[in-house]
Amino acid sequence: MTTATTPHATPALSADTRFAPDAERVRLLKDRARFSRLETVRLIEIAKVGHYTSAFSAAELFSVLYYDAMRLSDDPNWADRDRFMMGKGHAAVGLFPILADLGYFGRDILDGYTRLGNPLGDHPDMTKVPGIDFSSGSIGHALSAGCGMALSARMQGQDYVTYVMIGDGELQEGQVWEAALFGAHYGLSNLVGIIDRNGYQLDGAVDDVIGVEPIVDKWQAFGWEVHVVDGHDVTALATLFRALRADAARTRPAMVVARTVKGKGVSYMETDPGWHLGYLDPGDAERAIAEINAMEA
Amino acid sequence: MSARPQSANSWQYRALNALTPGLDHFSDALLDEIAAGVPIVAGTADLQYSNGLEKFARLAPDRFVQFGISEQNMVSAAAGMAACGQSPYVATFASFLALLCCEQIRMDVAYSKLPVRLVGHHAGISLGFYGTSHHATEDLAIMRAIAGLAVVAPSDGNQLRSLIRAARDWAGPIYFRIGRGRDPEIYGTPPVLEIGKGIERSTGRDLTIIATGSTVHPADLAAKALTEAGHSVGLIDMHTVKPLDAALIRDVAGRTGQILTVEEHNVLGGLGGAVAEVLADIGGSVRLTRHGIMDEYSLIAPPTHLYHHYRLDAGGIEQVARGLLS
Repeated sequence: MTTATTPHATPALSADTRFAPDAERVRLLKDRARFSRLETVRLIEIAKVGHYTSAFSAAELFSVLYYDAMRLSDDPNWADRDRFMMGKGHAAVGLFPILADLGYFGRDILDGYTRLGNPLGDHPDMTKVPGIDFSSGSIGHALSAGCGMALSARMQGQDYVTYVMIGDGELQEGQVWEAALFGAHYGLSNLVGIIDRNGYQLDGAVDDVIGVEPIVDKWQAFGWEVHVVDGHDVTALATLFRALRADAARTRPAMVVARTVKGKGVSYMETDPGWHLGYLDPGDAERAIAEINAMEA
Repeated sequence: MSARPQSANSWQYRALNALTPGLDHFSDALLDEIAAGVPIVAGTADLQYSNGLEKFARLAPDRFVQFGISEQNMVSAAAGMAACGQSPYVATFASFLALLCCEQIRMDVAYSKLPVRLVGHHAGISLGFYGTSHHATEDLAIMRAIAGLAVVAPSDGNQLRSLIRAARDWAGPIYFRIGRGRDPEIYGTPPVLEIGKGIERSTGRDLTIIATGSTVHPADLAAKALTEAGHSVGLIDMHTVKPLDAALIRDVAGRTGQILTVEEHNVLGGLGGAVAEVLADIGGSVRLTRHGIMDEYSLIAPPTHLYHHYRLDAGGIEQVARGLLS
């Protein structure tokens, strides 16, 4: 697996027990990650095509961000909320159910996923979907938009944190590296980047298409504080995000390299990269659901 | 227990080419060019299964370049290759190619007079619920405003083959606007054509529809239905939007009651805008109606639902035309 070549940075902030979530929280975070996967399968059945595996690799990240790390309120437009956006917008199918679960829009909207005039499509749209902080779909813009939000917080005296998830294939876009320079130059310590290092993109393994390693060295060289973490370990993720928030001394943006498995939870999707995009008919979806439900609780 | 998909209805990305035979036209045409001695290089930005270049990559691996998700890099690199005598075709979604890479196209390709072939696929609103980021309803207008760049929009796979063949003798750069490989067949074989010369498929005294790319097929059906209903309705397949066939438009303007342009594009700046410019130059009195996306961002939905909603399917075009004829 390609991601195994990404080395761990030390010390591992994600193992700092002072910030570890309790057992009850861990159960919730695992449950919501499972919920995201199950809903992904259900929604793609409506659309008849979708990005199962891109959403599955990010399920624990979505869960930990929205049910633990981020400061949110019932009002999706609250000015001091933490922000989240993703350059890999095609994983939105895994996030929409969480936003509905948080009460930002109704179940009826979720159930109309991709139908004519519905706000929910393959990519997140801030003009249509309550709870989406920034639109995406064209790969490579999000980290720059996140830099703007983080700098804006400082200029306006606000203390929200901006989280930006990008794909590992997204690192091939030049704009990502413009944002890397910018974020470090302005010392955006309120910015947390996340690379969903699932190892695959549309045309194949990232390292076969256009290699991006050594990721850790690159971001460190660009002036970011880099943390490598198991992107499916909710305890480690929650610990890391809490620790990053608590670190008032940091003067640089942080980049979390989340080692993930594309298609995590459905066995054949984990081993066959062709599933970046696809469709499971209802019978096959049921078998996938059984596998997701059999994941460790 | 094997949980692998068992239903024939389930599919995944790498099967797209097999599921969409129309995608083969692009690779096949480029392979024909190689056989004819043209120094083709084909490149894509992480979309080889979406545009069918996967076939080209298999059969001509030493002439294929995978750029990953770096569209701007791809366009400038293609310009560099063209400056060294290659004949590069680079392909990605029309939205990314025409909008994200606009400056690279203007400076590195068009201003530099380099024969790069830019292939924007999944143009218009054919990516349906992928949303505005993936819709290209401005690309004709943007590409058309770049001096020295030809703009073509083949109406089916066979016409794409003809245009790629014609590009062999075209010295400047070309922007190809194509669909998603699912265009219904209009031409049974690659038609004889010339870049810059529209194809008058039928003539009409009451109304002439000028369509381009994906709208030619539904407009053809609409024209036939209207003709059967007793109207005299003609159709022009305007596969080249730039240089536009002004002579044909002038000619038609003198022998038809009205002109209706139909495009899967904003009505501003694309085919309709181009025809309006010609008619304004003539100063005649023929009435022009531009049909397409009315200067707005499309809703999301499966593509066929959108074509129905925006009256870009055969029934919708017929309805628009009937409104003009009544």
